[in-house]
Amino acid sequence: MSHGARDEGRRVGDRPFGGCMSRFVQALAAMLPLACAGGLAACVDQAAGGGTGSRDQITAVGSSTVYPFTTIVAEQYLANNPQARPPVVESTGTGAGFKLFCAGIGAAHPDIEDASRRMRRREYDACAQRGVAAIMEVQIGIDGIAFAEARDGPGMALTPADIYRALAAAPLGRRNAARLWRDVNPALPAIPIQVYGPPATSGTRDALAELIMAKGCEAIEPDTVALHDRDLNAFAARCQRIREDGAYIDAGENDNLIVQKLRGNPDALGIFGYGYLEENSDVVRGVALNGVTPTYATIAGGTYPGARPLFIYVKKAHVHAIPGLRAFLRQYAALWGADGPLVKRGLIAAPLAVQRRSSAIIANEVALDPRELP
Amino acid sequence: MNKPVAPPAPAERRPTDWQTPAMQRRIRRRYAAERRFRLLGLAAVFLSAAFLLYLLATMIGQGASGFTETRIALPLDLRGRVVVNPARLNGAGADLALAGAGLENAVDAAANAAYPRQGGATLLSDGAWLRVRDAIKRDPALLRTPTTIDVPVASAIDMAYKDDGDAASEAAVAALRPHLSRELNRGFFAGSDATDPTRAGIWGALKGSLLTMIVTLGLAFPIGVLSALYLEEYAPRNRWTDLIEVSINNLAAVPSIIFGLLGLAVFLGTFHMPRSAAVVGGLTLALMTMPVIVIAGRNAITAVPPSIRDAARALGASPIQVVFHHVLPLALPGILTGTIIGMARALGETAPLLMIGMRAFIAAPPGKLTDPATVLPVQIFLWSDEVQKGFVEKTSAAIIVLLVVLLAMNGVAIYLRNRFETRW
Repeated sequence: MSHGARDEGRRVGDRPFGGCMSRFVQALAAMLPLACAGGLAACVDQAAGGGTGSRDQITAVGSSTVYPFTTIVAEQYLANNPQARPPVVESTGTGAGFKLFCAGIGAAHPDIEDASRRMRRREYDACAQRGVAAIMEVQIGIDGIAFAEARDGPGMALTPADIYRALAAAPLGRRNAARLWRDVNPALPAIPIQVYGPPATSGTRDALAELIMAKGCEAIEPDTVALHDRDLNAFAARCQRIREDGAYIDAGENDNLIVQKLRGNPDALGIFGYGYLEENSDVVRGVALNGVTPTYATIAGGTYPGARPLFIYVKKAHVHAIPGLRAFLRQYAALWGADGPLVKRGLIAAPLAVQRRSSAIIANEVALDPRELP
Repeated sequence: MNKPVAPPAPAERRPTDWQTPAMQRRIRRRYAAERRFRLLGLAAVFLSAAFLLYLLATMIGQGASGFTETRIALPLDLRGRVVVNPARLNGAGADLALAGAGLENAVDAAANAAYPRQGGATLLSDGAWLRVRDAIKRDPALLRTPTTIDVPVASAIDMAYKDDGDAASEAAVAALRPHLSRELNRGFFAGSDATDPTRAGIWGALKGSLLTMIVTLGLAFPIGVLSALYLEEYAPRNRWTDLIEVSINNLAAVPSIIFGLLGLAVFLGTFHMPRSAAVVGGLTLALMTMPVIVIAGRNAITAVPPSIRDAARALGASPIQVVFHHVLPLALPGILTGTIIGMARALGETAPLLMIGMRAFIAAPPGKLTDPATVLPVQIFLWSDEVQKGFVEKTSAAIIVLLVVLLAMNGVAIYLRNRFETRW
C-alpha cells in the first residue's frame, strides 16, 4: 500500500506547479500510507451494497441482561460454523433495541432483539406499521432480580409492599418520609433504609418497577389496579417512581460496586440480577421476599416474586434471507438447557414445557400472535 | 489651596544603603517569594508526575499479567477417539472435520482422565480444544501418537495461579503446580472479543481502531489542510469569513456525543450506511477531528513569516507556487502536530461510536471497512463491565495497548516534526 502512496506522490509531483513539492508530498505519503487504498475499498464496498443490500452477518440488539447469553451463543455458533461470519451482538437496552428492531425489514435492520421483558402491544403495532409483522417470540430462560445483603447482615425478610413503602417516591400520595425499616413495617429492625440499586436506564430497574413496586403499590392502594389497566403512564408516575432523597442509592451499572458496598455496610441492601448473587455467594446472601429466598429452584418455579422471563424476538422474514440465522437459533436452543453453558453464566433455565414450546417456535417458525401481548 | 507649589528640590542621590534593616527585610521577602514560586512549580511537576506514575504503575501492575496465560500439561491420546480422514485436514474443511469428529469431547475426556480429583475438564479454558485443534492442523501425527500438550486453563485457575483466586481454585492450583506453566498469551494479540477471559483478545478492537483512524485521517487531513490554506491565503477578510472562523472554533468545542448523534442521523439515517461499521465510525470522528486540524493549520500558516511569501513573489512565483513550495512545507510541522493531537483524541473517543452501534460483541476482527467493528476504548469499556474476575487484568492490558498505540502516534508526530522543521 505504501507503494501506491509513493506512486501517487510521483504523479502529483510530475504535474505543473509540483516541481519541488516533494517535502509536502513526502509528508502526505508518510501520513496517508493506507488512506487512499482504504478509502477506495470503502467506496467499492458501498457500491456492492454494504448498506441496504444483502448481509451475511447475523445482528442482534437489545437488553444488556440478555447480551451475555447471546454473546455465548454467538461464540458457540462461530466455533461450530468456522466458515460463518461472526454475529454482531449489541447491547442497547430493551426499549432502544425494539426501536431499532422495528425500524423495518432488510439488511440495514437487526435480525434479533434481546428483551428482558415481553414486547408491548404498542411496540408490536409500531413494528407492524413498518412491515415487521411476522415475529417469532422465543423465551430463552428466566432471570431473577435479587435483593441481597451482606452475609453478616440483619437477615431481613421483606414483602413487595414493604419495599414499595420504603422506596417509592410518594407512597399513598405523600412524600416518602420513612428513614428506618421500622417506619415501613413495625416488624422490621430499626436500621436505616439504604438500598444500592441499578440506574433508571437499566432493565433490572424496569424489573424492579414492574415486579416489585407495581405489586406493592397494588397491594396497598387497590384503586391503582384499575389504573394499571387503563393508563400505564399514570400508573408508572404514581406507583413506580423511586425516591431520590438518598435512601435509594444509584450504583450505576457496576454490580461489583454494589457487592463491595454491601461488604462494607452490613445494614444496606443491594439489588442486582440473580446471576450476580450466585457468583458472589461467599460475600452476599439473598433476602427473602414474601418468605421465599431467591434460589435457582424458587425462581425457576416462579414462587419468588422477582422472577422475569427473558426473550429473544426474531424477524421471520430474515430467517430465510440471512444465512446462518436458523443455525444460530438452533444453537440457542441447544445451549439454554438446565446443564448448558448459559446456566453456568447465570441464566435460569425455563421449565421444560416452556423450553419445548420455544424449540417448537424455532423449528416451525411460529409467528407471535399480537393479541397475547400486554 | 491652589497656590502654586514650587517643585521640591531634587534630593541629593545617594547610593542605596543595602545594609539598613528595612532594605534587608525587603531583600529577604523577594528571595522568599522567589523560592516559594520555584517550590510551587516543582510541586506541581511532582504532583502531575506522581499521578502519571500512579496510573502507569496500576495499569502495568494489573495489566502485565493480562499478557500471560497459565497452561496445563495435558496428556493426550487421541487414537481411536478422534477419527478424521487425513485428506480433510488440509484446507478449509479441517476445522469442521475436527469439530465434527468430537475433538472437544475427547480433550475434555483427556482432562478428566489426567486430573480427575482437581476438577478434570473444568480446569480447561473454553478455548483449550481449539489450541489442540490448531496443533493437529500443524502436525496431523498427533492423532496417531500419544503426546502431552500445553493448553490454557480456565479463568478461575488462571487467576489462582496469578495469586488472585478463590479458595477452591487456590487448592486446585496447589495440587497441580508442577503441571502448570505461565507463558506469553499470544492469543491476546491475535484474538477478538470473547465471553471467556482466557480467550479474549485485543486484535479485533485494535484493527477496528486502525481502520477507523485510516478513514478519519484520509478525510480530515486533506479537507482540514485545504480549508486552512484557503482561509489563510486566499479568502477575503469579510463578515462571511469571520462567521466561518467563529463556526470552526465553535465546532472544535462541541462535545463528541453530538457528533455521534449527527453521524447516526446522517450516515445511518440518510445514507443508510451499515450499522457498527468502521467506515461510519471513521466518518463521524473525521467530523470531530477536522476543526482541530483547521485551527492548528491556520495557526501554523500564520506563523510562516510574510517575508518568505514576499521573496517568492518577488522572484516571480505564482500564488499556488508560493503556497505549495514555501508556505505549506514550512507550516507542515505545526499542521502535523495539530493533526496528531486531533487523531489521538479521536483514537480515545467512545461516546460518538456508541451512538452508531460500535459497542458490539464481535468475535472476529473486521476484514474490511464496512465490516462491523469495535475500537480499543469501546473494548476497554465493554470489558470493564464484565462480571468475571479474569476481565480485570484484560481491561488493564487493553489500556496498556491503547497507551502504546498513542505513544507510537506521538512518536510519529515528533519524528515528522523534527524532520520537516525549518528555522529562520
